[in-house]
Amino acid sequence: MKKKIFSAMKLVVLSVWAFVLLIPAVLVLSGSVMSSQELSVFLGAVLERKEGCISWRLIPDYPTLEHYKKTLFYSPQFMTVFWNSVKLTALIVVGQLLVGVPAAWAFAVYRFRGSRMLFSGYIVLMLMPFQVTMLSQYLVLDRMGMMDTHWAVVLPAVFSTFPVFLIYRGFCQIPASLLEAGRVDGAGEWYLFFRIGLPLSSGGILSAVVLGLLEYWNMLEQPMAFLKDKTLWPLSLFLPEIGLERAGFAFAASVIMLIPAVFVFLLGRDYLEQGIVASALKE
Amino acid sequence: MKDMRWFRRKAGRHGRLRRRKYADFLAFLFPSMLGVAGFVLLPFADVVRRSFWSMASDSFVGFSNYKKIFENEAFLLAVKNTARFTAVCIPVLILLGLTAALLMAGLPQVQLLKSCFLFPMAMPTATVVLVWKMIFSEGGFVNLILEERMDYMATDMAFWVLVISYVWKNLGYTVVLWLSGIWGIPGDIIEAARVDGAGKLRIIRSVILPQLSGVLYTITVLSFLNSFKVFREAYLVSGPYPQESIYLLQHLFNNWFAILELDKMAAAAVCVAVVLLAVIWLLDRVWKVGEAE
Repeated sequence: MKKKIFSAMKLVVLSVWAFVLLIPAVLVLSGSVMSSQELSVFLGAVLERKEGCISWRLIPDYPTLEHYKKTLFYSPQFMTVFWNSVKLTALIVVGQLLVGVPAAWAFAVYRFRGSRMLFSGYIVLMLMPFQVTMLSQYLVLDRMGMMDTHWAVVLPAVFSTFPVFLIYRGFCQIPASLLEAGRVDGAGEWYLFFRIGLPLSSGGILSAVVLGLLEYWNMLEQPMAFLKDKTLWPLSLFLPEIGLERAGFAFAASVIMLIPAVFVFLLGRDYLEQGIVASALKE
Repeated sequence: MKDMRWFRRKAGRHGRLRRRKYADFLAFLFPSMLGVAGFVLLPFADVVRRSFWSMASDSFVGFSNYKKIFENEAFLLAVKNTARFTAVCIPVLILLGLTAALLMAGLPQVQLLKSCFLFPMAMPTATVVLVWKMIFSEGGFVNLILEERMDYMATDMAFWVLVISYVWKNLGYTVVLWLSGIWGIPGDIIEAARVDGAGKLRIIRSVILPQLSGVLYTITVLSFLNSFKVFREAYLVSGPYPQESIYLLQHLFNNWFAILELDKMAAAAVCVAVVLLAVIWLLDRVWKVGEAE
């Protein structure tokens, strides 16, 4: 009995905590279906620095979809940046897989002099923040004439070493004896990669995909540094420019940006958790 | 004689096989290595060179770029703020994460709770900028509750707003990692310790905590690296020149980049890289010593 009460108390504390964490999402969602009049009344205190404070209603008096309609059908600019985001994220994640999966396989399956050290180098690189590599990336991109093109954002990200590390963890789970048995039966190294490696570690690969999609959908530093042309911007840069004066538009655009991320989150929840656990540097 | 020949032939075949495998290893690795070398390693070597070079006079200047940044007030402020931010937010994150993980470890609703905690990770920064303004501005929710009147982003409180937004975003994976650690402790170890007569505290100190040290290492490193990404919130809410207490190294790099102060950027990038390497190495050492004991 005492244990049950204790459990219930824990649950209450955690539920309140979880709700607080979800408040931002709730606010954005309710704001996006609120009429402009209501928004201007509620947000007046924040916008015009009037006396009094903000107020809010989770379920608006007059729910409306006008903001979504405007965002989706009457703002071509929004559509441009939305598709920029989709394109950038997709290119980066696909590129990361094409480059990173074979590299992870190389590190997981083969042991040669220097391969351990090389892998440590990869780990160190994955731990460096963008600011450290910003200037070096700029120097290369500038010399290659790629500044202010989508390649400037895509190419450096494709060679990020983090997915290599995550996928490597997946490949390490494959028992070496299985590969050895394949070799004895005459299977070539590429056959082993495609027929044993890929199918058995799809979990690790999907983890890298989920983490990659969330990370690059939210990418800010790289496009901010390397893209001057606003028509090339991703959503993550465009959205903050809207501001509270056009709150309805801003909320609706936020929700539209949120939808793919939530979609990926819900579908890939297990892989996301696996990926987080796999990013453990020490067992 | 015959045996020797057989031996040599076998060694030869083995060597050939090894060479062929080495070729495969390189083939798998080649695209990635090419990109890493071309986009990261070589250009970073160039950055190191530039940090000892003056662009204007195109000549070797020794440590003068380094001297310049260490006499630069903005740089010192940014270093101080970044160090303070990391020193505050990482322990807070680690402890809150552990608390939440311990609370939810035995509950049947743990999956759902975990997802709620992870959700902020999926929310792009751009979508929460408005919310941060609604909560922390002069007429915002915090003032509504506290019945005060202050713009939190314009005072030293901005620092704490940033800590809150950092914890909000990063708590989820911390909890997941702690839980994986807690669930990963084999029950029979604890049982064995109990049979050997260890008390509850003794079990926690000598059995459970050492088992979690690997997880703690991962959390520390990951949360340290993600602390650099808090720049997104800071920048999107307050722009390139925020309130003084949250002027971070990332702002400085961006502002120097905007006016092409490449010499200073090079020197600063080298410094940050060296400090990070030192921190990673140090953490690694601390844990190695801890595990040996």
